[in-house]
Order: sequence, then C-alpha cells, then structure tokens
Amino acid sequence: MCSNARSKHSMRTARSAFILFVLPALTSVQAGDWSGNVALESRHFFESTTRSEQHNANLSGYLEAEYYHTFEHDAHNLVVTPFLRLDENDDERTHADLREAAWLFYGDVFELRVGVSKVFWGVTESRHLVDIINQTDNVENIDGEDKLGQPMINFSYFTNEWGTVDFFYMPLFREREFASLEGRPSLPLRVDTDNAVFESSDEEENKDYAIRWSHSFDIWDIGLSHFNGTAREPRLVAGLDGGEPVLIPHYDQIAQTGIDAQATTEDWLWKVEAIAVETDAQDDYGAAVAGFEYTFVGIFESDADLGVIGEYLYDERDESQAFQDDVLVGLRWVWNDEQSTEFLLGAIVDQDGGATSVSLEATRRIGESFKLDVEVRAISGADDDPVLAGAADDDVLQVELGYYF
Amino acid sequence: MKFLNIARATTVHALGGALLIATAAAGIAHAQTPEEKGMEIAVEADRRDTGFGDSEAAMTMTLKNRKGDTSTREVRVKTLEIDGDGDKSMSIFDKPADVKGTAFLTYSHSLEPDEQWIYLPALKRVKRISSKNKSGPFMGSEFAYEDISSQEVDKYTYKYLRDEELNGKKVFVVERYPAYKNSGYKRQIAWIDQEEYIALKTEFYDRKDSLLKTLEWRDYKQYLGQFWRAHEMHMVNHQNGKTTTLAWSDYTFNVGLGDKDFNKNVLKRAK
Repeated sequence: MCSNARSKHSMRTARSAFILFVLPALTSVQAGDWSGNVALESRHFFESTTRSEQHNANLSGYLEAEYYHTFEHDAHNLVVTPFLRLDENDDERTHADLREAAWLFYGDVFELRVGVSKVFWGVTESRHLVDIINQTDNVENIDGEDKLGQPMINFSYFTNEWGTVDFFYMPLFREREFASLEGRPSLPLRVDTDNAVFESSDEEENKDYAIRWSHSFDIWDIGLSHFNGTAREPRLVAGLDGGEPVLIPHYDQIAQTGIDAQATTEDWLWKVEAIAVETDAQDDYGAAVAGFEYTFVGIFESDADLGVIGEYLYDERDESQAFQDDVLVGLRWVWNDEQSTEFLLGAIVDQDGGATSVSLEATRRIGESFKLDVEVRAISGADDDPVLAGAADDDVLQVELGYYF
Repeated sequence: MKFLNIARATTVHALGGALLIATAAAGIAHAQTPEEKGMEIAVEADRRDTGFGDSEAAMTMTLKNRKGDTSTREVRVKTLEIDGDGDKSMSIFDKPADVKGTAFLTYSHSLEPDEQWIYLPALKRVKRISSKNKSGPFMGSEFAYEDISSQEVDKYTYKYLRDEELNGKKVFVVERYPAYKNSGYKRQIAWIDQEEYIALKTEFYDRKDSLLKTLEWRDYKQYLGQFWRAHEMHMVNHQNGKTTTLAWSDYTFNVGLGDKDFNKNVLKRAK
C-alpha cells in the first residue's frame, strides 16, 4: 500500500503490534463488537491542472472498522481500528494504517495503554498547535484533522481534585506522507520520503517522551504539556534524487512546551493555545492561537444555532511559514434537526500576504445509516504566497457518502 | 448539548427539607397561598426521590414525523446523585451509527450554568461546551434539553391550581415557571399523582404562551421500594405534529458509581 520503504517499516511495526497485542486477545474472546464506516468520495477540481499527470476529477474510497472488546467486568479492554484508503490517481493517497491497536487497563485513578493509539490535545479550531502525539495523515485531507496511529505506552493518573497527569513513551516515529505528483493538491516537486533526513541517529526509532497535566475546574479547562523527540512536522529542503529536483523532509529533534486553555461561560467560549519550541536545527520559536466562539441559540425563530468563531494565529517564524499572522473567521450553523444537518464556513486570511483560504463543510445524515459530507475549499490571492502557492490552483468540491455500521 | 437523567422527575435538594419545614411553619400562621402549596408539592416530590445514590439505564428514542416516518436513537445513561447540587451524568450514544461512541458528561446545577463536555470519538477529542442551549431539540427530537435535564426544585417557581382526577388517580395540578435563563417556555402545567408524588402529564407553553407540547409519563415501576421511574415518556408537539417516545429499560440502582466515574478520562473510554 505505502509506496516507500520507511512507511513499509511503519506498517511492519504496526503489524508487529497487531501480532503482539491483538491476536492473542482475539483468540481468547468469543464475540467482539465491530463498528465503523465505509465511504465513497468524489473530488472535482475547478481549475485546470498545473501538471500534465494531474486530473480534474478523482474517485476514492475508504474503510475504517473498529473492533472493541472488554474483558473481566470492564477492567481492561482492547481496541483495534484498521484503516484502508484506495485512490484512483494518487498512489501515495492509497494507503493503509492501523489507527488503533491498543490494550487498555484501568482502575479508579489510573489508565495504562499499550499499543498503537490516538490522542488529541487542545481547544482551538483553526490550528492544533499543542497536539503533537500523532503524526498528521497528510494524504487524507490537507485540513490536518486526520492522524496516523502512534505506537506508545501511556500511563495516566487522575483525581477529580488535581486533574490528570499523562506520561507517554513513544518508541517509534511515524513519518508524514505527501501526495504524489499525480495527486491534488500536491507540492510542485515530489517529496522524497525515501531519503528523509533525521537529526537523531536513531532515525525513526528515536525514543520520544511527553508529559501532560490537564484539569477542569469552574469555568476552566487547562492543559500544560511538554514533548521531547522528533518533530512531527518536517522541514522540506530542496534536493536532488538521481538528478530529479525533489523536496527532502528533514525531521529535527525538538523540545516543545505547550499550554492550552478554555474558559466556558454560558454564552462564550474563550480559547488559547501556545507553544515554545527549542531546536538545534533552526532558531527557537513560539506560536500561538487565541480566539472565541459565541453561539446564538434558536436563530430566526427556528431550532437552529449559529456559532460565530474568531481566532488569531501567530507564528514567530518568518513568512515562509503558514499561519504567521492570520485571522480565522468562522460560522457554525447547526440545524438541530433529525438528520443532524450542520454547516461550517471558515475563512483564514493572511494579514501579510493577503491570501485567503475559504472552506465550507456540510454534513447531513441520510436515513439511519448513511451520511453525506460535502466540502468546498478555495484559495485566492495566493500566487505570491510562499506557503499556499502550491495549492492555489487546486480549488476543490468534495462529496463523500458514508455508510455507518 | 446536554443530556441527563431524563427519567427522574425530581432530584435531591439539601434545601428541600428546610423549605418544607419553613413552609409548614408558615402554614400554621396563615392560610397557605397557591404558590406555597405548589412549592410544598415540589419539595415533597423531591424529598421522596432523594437518596437513590446512583443508577444506570438504557433508552431508545423513537422520533415520528407528521407523515409517520420514524427514526431511532439509542443511548445509555449513568447518573450520580450529588447532595445539595444537581446530578452528575454520563450519556453514551449507540445509535445512529454515525454518532456511536459519542458521549456527554454533565455536572448539572440548579441556577448556575451546567458544566458539560462532549467526546467526539473520530477525533478522540473532548470538548467543553456551552450549556446555553436549553430550548433546542435534543438529537432532533421533540424533547428540549431543558425537558431532560436534572430537575431541581430551585429551577422553577410554582403555583398550585387545583385537584383533579387523571386516569382514575387523584392528582394535584401545579403550574411552574422556569427561574433559569434561556428557557423556551413561559410556563408548564404538571399533573402530579397525589399518592406517589410523581408526574403523570406535563403541558409545555411556549414563550408566547401557546400550548406547544404535551408529555405523558407511562409505565411507572418502583425501585428499591422507593424510587419511581417512568418506562415510557411520550411527547407530542401540537405545533408541528411530531412525536417522540422514550422507552427506558435495564434500570439498575446501587451500581457503585462514584465521582471517579464522572470525569473526562472516563468519558474518553465510555463505550
């Protein structure tokens, strides 16, 4: 499935995890609980292709299934979630992943999780700065919401009084995947993931660690985190692969300290996320997102709610960096109807370059088991923008129909 | 969004007993006003439902529109009684399939805003959400969030209207007025069984004081020799012709739930 050696290695890792943790468990259970979804996706690009190997339309589909089982009166459980996507044109987007294959043991005040798992940290909508445990599944969607499964041992200790402390040990690193030159959107040069450069001599076997404290009290939900290990986001450096100009991912060793906080009042959500990153490979830097969400309930005498989202994005790195000085304006329109119809409209405006990226997502349940997902993404004024220029001609309409079981 | 211990008509309130005594004492001095009698009935109903500790139950919700098309939702609910405050509850969705694994954690309060978190399984994300939306439909049903949230004595002011007979039972007819913010109702009228102090019927009047909905509580069963739970709740919306029926099953009390079972960590693994 994965076309390069390193991700094959990751797949092997995932497979070993599967054999180690999952198979013995599967043989000892009589009945399991499967759920998940299978979906067909059609993408239509509005503008003509920038390269001859690209296409104006693309069909794709995926299957994500979760197996869940609890043992011994809920004292421990097992979750296994394989994922497979097939893509008509982009061989890199055709990929398989183990989103989860983890065994969880827990008591009143602790949890121990071993295997491949997924963790989310943070509060903001436009960008997930503090969320660093899992690698982004970059070929799924460019919105950064999809994640690859991360091998880990996670110990969590919690009390209602003091909150939760999480420790993470991550023995294996997952590399970021990039669309092939046939894929859209894709970068103007092939990303040579086979020759990725690691600062750590252990490469993707570098041991990563993280610790996080989080707590909820009164109107506050707060998290403090520290991560030490391989950056999830590579620097892409121009290079050559047998004479072909390519972009080579460089994975730095970083120490990232993060804070995320949300204050929730009856009308307002106030949110902030900030990180400070120390690294030898480039200058240390900071980045932050701060904003709000306000909800109008029962607008126009209807059952619908309208949420207004505003966020400011700052990144200390230079202008070659996305979200360096940007503003997100968003509207969330929730119908509260039987079909759970929702719209999310967002525009991110770069205050410096003037590029604007707009997205509209609409979802609606059809019957009891189907869901329709429509997404439009467009970028304007990005011709001179160093970050967005690559995707400037890839405005897209995406329609996805999913069956849930 | 919020979702709570739907089936409980009343809840604990530490003030309850004190209020009852105060009201009774006041009754000696002068004839009881309809407001005092309404409050007295609410406090007594609350007192009788106090002390259940914790419970678990499963609920199937059937939505029916004017044309007769139906759709269903399945939810499991865990409730923890909190002395002197609203309950803590966790609701876990099994159906429809696209929201399977979605879960809500609520710390409810009588007049202060509830604290509420939602777990989104696809993103593994726990989000703290605003509890402002009291009047909106719960999961597209004819039950508003405020209809199914923890019912505290302080959430309303009351007025006793009259005695009546309903389905062969003697009932108090009591009017109540929301004292919390953002309610979709001007008032409600409740028919309360005089023997057991449980609601048999409730009428909901919208902000313009038009009859909006009628809720009938059916198939009551008693647990632990004290606590009554309706196993069917039937809501009719008179303005749009839609109905929603909640069917409750698998009630268990004294499950052994505690504070430890109602936090964000548990929310994430609540399947």
